[in-house]
Amino acid sequence: MTDASKYETHEHDVLIIGAGGAGLRAALEALAQGAKVGVVCKSLLGKAHTVMAEGGLAAAMANVDKADNWRTHFRDTMRGGKLLNNWRMAQLHAQEAPDRVRELEQWGALFDRTESGDILQRAFGGHTFKRLCHVGDRTGLEMIRTLQDRGVQMGFDVFMECTITKLLTDGDRVSGAFGYWRESGRFVTFKAKSIVIATGGIGKSWKVTSNSWECTGDGMALAYEAGAELLDMEFVQFHPTGMVWPPGVQGILVTEAVRGEGGILRNKNGERFMEKYDPKRLELSTRDVVARSIYTEVKEGRGTPHGGAFLDISHKDAEYVKRKLPSMYHQFKELADVDITKGPMEVGPTCHYVMGGIRVDAETGQSSVPGLFAAGEAAGGLHGANRLGGNSLSDLLVFGRRAGLAAAEHAKKTATPSLDNAQIEEAERQVLAPFDRTDGENPYTIHHDLQDVMQRLVGIFRTDEDLRQALAELEKLKERAKKVRVEGSRLFNPGWHLSRDLQCMLTVSEACTYAALARTESRGAHSRLDFPKTEDAWGKKNLVIVKKSGAMTLLEVPRGPMPAELTQILAEDQ
Amino acid sequence: MADATLRVFRGDREGGKAVDYKVPVTEGMVVLDAIHSIQAHQSPDLAVRWNCKAAKCGSCSAEVNGRPRLMCKTRMDSLPSDQPVTVFPMKAFPVIKDLVTDVSWNYKVNKKIPPFQPRPGVEWKMYQPDVDRVQEFRKCIECFLCQDVCHVLRDHDKKEQFGGPRFFVRTAGLEMHPLDGLDRTRMLKEELGIGLCNITKCCTEVCPEEIHITDNAIIPLKERVVDEFYDPVTMIVRRIFGAKKI
Repeated sequence: MTDASKYETHEHDVLIIGAGGAGLRAALEALAQGAKVGVVCKSLLGKAHTVMAEGGLAAAMANVDKADNWRTHFRDTMRGGKLLNNWRMAQLHAQEAPDRVRELEQWGALFDRTESGDILQRAFGGHTFKRLCHVGDRTGLEMIRTLQDRGVQMGFDVFMECTITKLLTDGDRVSGAFGYWRESGRFVTFKAKSIVIATGGIGKSWKVTSNSWECTGDGMALAYEAGAELLDMEFVQFHPTGMVWPPGVQGILVTEAVRGEGGILRNKNGERFMEKYDPKRLELSTRDVVARSIYTEVKEGRGTPHGGAFLDISHKDAEYVKRKLPSMYHQFKELADVDITKGPMEVGPTCHYVMGGIRVDAETGQSSVPGLFAAGEAAGGLHGANRLGGNSLSDLLVFGRRAGLAAAEHAKKTATPSLDNAQIEEAERQVLAPFDRTDGENPYTIHHDLQDVMQRLVGIFRTDEDLRQALAELEKLKERAKKVRVEGSRLFNPGWHLSRDLQCMLTVSEACTYAALARTESRGAHSRLDFPKTEDAWGKKNLVIVKKSGAMTLLEVPRGPMPAELTQILAEDQ
Repeated sequence: MADATLRVFRGDREGGKAVDYKVPVTEGMVVLDAIHSIQAHQSPDLAVRWNCKAAKCGSCSAEVNGRPRLMCKTRMDSLPSDQPVTVFPMKAFPVIKDLVTDVSWNYKVNKKIPPFQPRPGVEWKMYQPDVDRVQEFRKCIECFLCQDVCHVLRDHDKKEQFGGPRFFVRTAGLEMHPLDGLDRTRMLKEELGIGLCNITKCCTEVCPEEIHITDNAIIPLKERVVDEFYDPVTMIVRRIFGAKKI
């Protein structure tokens, strides 16, 4: 019998898994409520995927376009999400984002300024007004550094380079988590009254992706295993503009801010093809539309030499480009030998974001498992079928804060849970199994094949045949992953780490494919070649994935009616 | 394209040795791609930190051919192809394993720095020219290459007395924030030991974000320390009227 005390154990009121924008904002709010807070993250503090966010943070502050207000932001978000969004989340998000931005500024963040000394806002796809508060093209870095430094001063416990492999439960509620230190390979247990999942996305299951090694869907897989529901998993956003060349940088993000600042898309014949697909909004159409347009141009033989589209900002003043898009300038100059002030970039779609995630209550971020909360990309609902650029950073702040607040309140009225040794023993066995095998595959090979399957069969355009084949391939991959073998010791061993992350990737990939197969319509980022129309009937329900009797089960959940006030806003036009 | 030889440090706190790996070079490949290729095909337990692969997170710092670099930004075709490319961990920090070092000391130093504190009753208006110079400091991605190359840390290991360039940059970002109301000069002198820096500019040379660490952060901060603690007029005034801030 394992004794819990066999491992290093930490006890908190609120344990936060993930230290990107949502996790850190949740931590700050829980701290402000007087909770003892621990934050666990797979990388070093400050390296989470939020640092990669470039273009900005959407909030209707009306600093540049005076007519902007929360109602327009709400309407843009709902329309961008093809009305499948959780309307209450979209409302809270639009209403609260400006306060969250002001708060960041009061904690030391330095946004670009207007002439009158306010926070400058830029145009972005799908937003009616200039709405994105930004710092050049490194907005995410500014945000994460501001939150991180405030957290360190307020005093949270940070557990860096630590991977959680299992949520522990006490009856029907969460009681803590089990994981390992990446550095030493030693095990660690956490006991907590509330847990907030803020682990970000799932993009590492695709071959061409803007996501880092961390985005393996851990939080969604952990929550699913603990009994929580996953919502809208079929909606995966392919960002229209990732780098396509050279091979090593394929997929790396080219910020939408290039288009926001006036960048123009052309095919190899020099045609401004967005005139054909969305003559009104052109390059600033929503991401689902622009990604499909580029994909179609390439497929029909009008792509660039490396299979993308040209994105050109060189008509703007060179100094202006360097000031507003400094990291793009350096990225292309150093990695692709392209001077973007002189010539076009080559870009193509890259897997970027999952709209779906853990199903949560709009107000509190609470999942269906008592004590388990989620926020940010790991949670689903806000963005519906397609996310607007800039709505992610604001999502992290608005719902990170709400989840942190609710988690702290939950902790106040909850007794300290006890950890179940049998669960810990089981978690330990699972994590160590790859060391015990004398034959079996290298995890890198299986990961490579998984990325190939998802890229080929669960990409921008989907069909019944492809999705069924993907499910069959995923079954084979799951069998192979059960026999994965790792070499070396437990000391900082990336192969071993990948063998664990692979399990999470397989779970979320299956959930995505399963839901994509079920949704027999096209809506937002989910495009079915065999069902090209958007169907009213499908707009009345969400797809939910839950584990029942050990099997992945899909439920259709009807959507509640929207209050008259919000219906009215949607009906209004500019 | 031809193969390249990478000579990579393999080892841990107990010691280690350089191991040669042959890696097929593709067009536009960076050193981090080559390291990933070794992981995937030859040595899955080769330890390396990385995240964004686009020079935005500052995780993949190492010494490539003896020079502190971000591996994701170092093109293979920028290095001599007729000799092995050496990839070693940062020297100024203790090795954990292979290319991964223990950088936790930096997080401890960061905690010593008093955070942004707005002046009381301040109006939240700032103008771009005032923000520009501070935004330069806030570009820092915490790759710690400046710490690695700084001889006070690298050669003299004065981690107890000295904060290092990264934290002068951070302090400069706070001190020059248009609305900040705190004075961190004493902390710079006594806790971060800014006097130990003799402005050789090694930090500026290796900064992947091209922050003018020495000219724009360290020298102005040194001037503030000198003005407050070593200015002869101030010293006389202080001797007569006591040490209160004037």
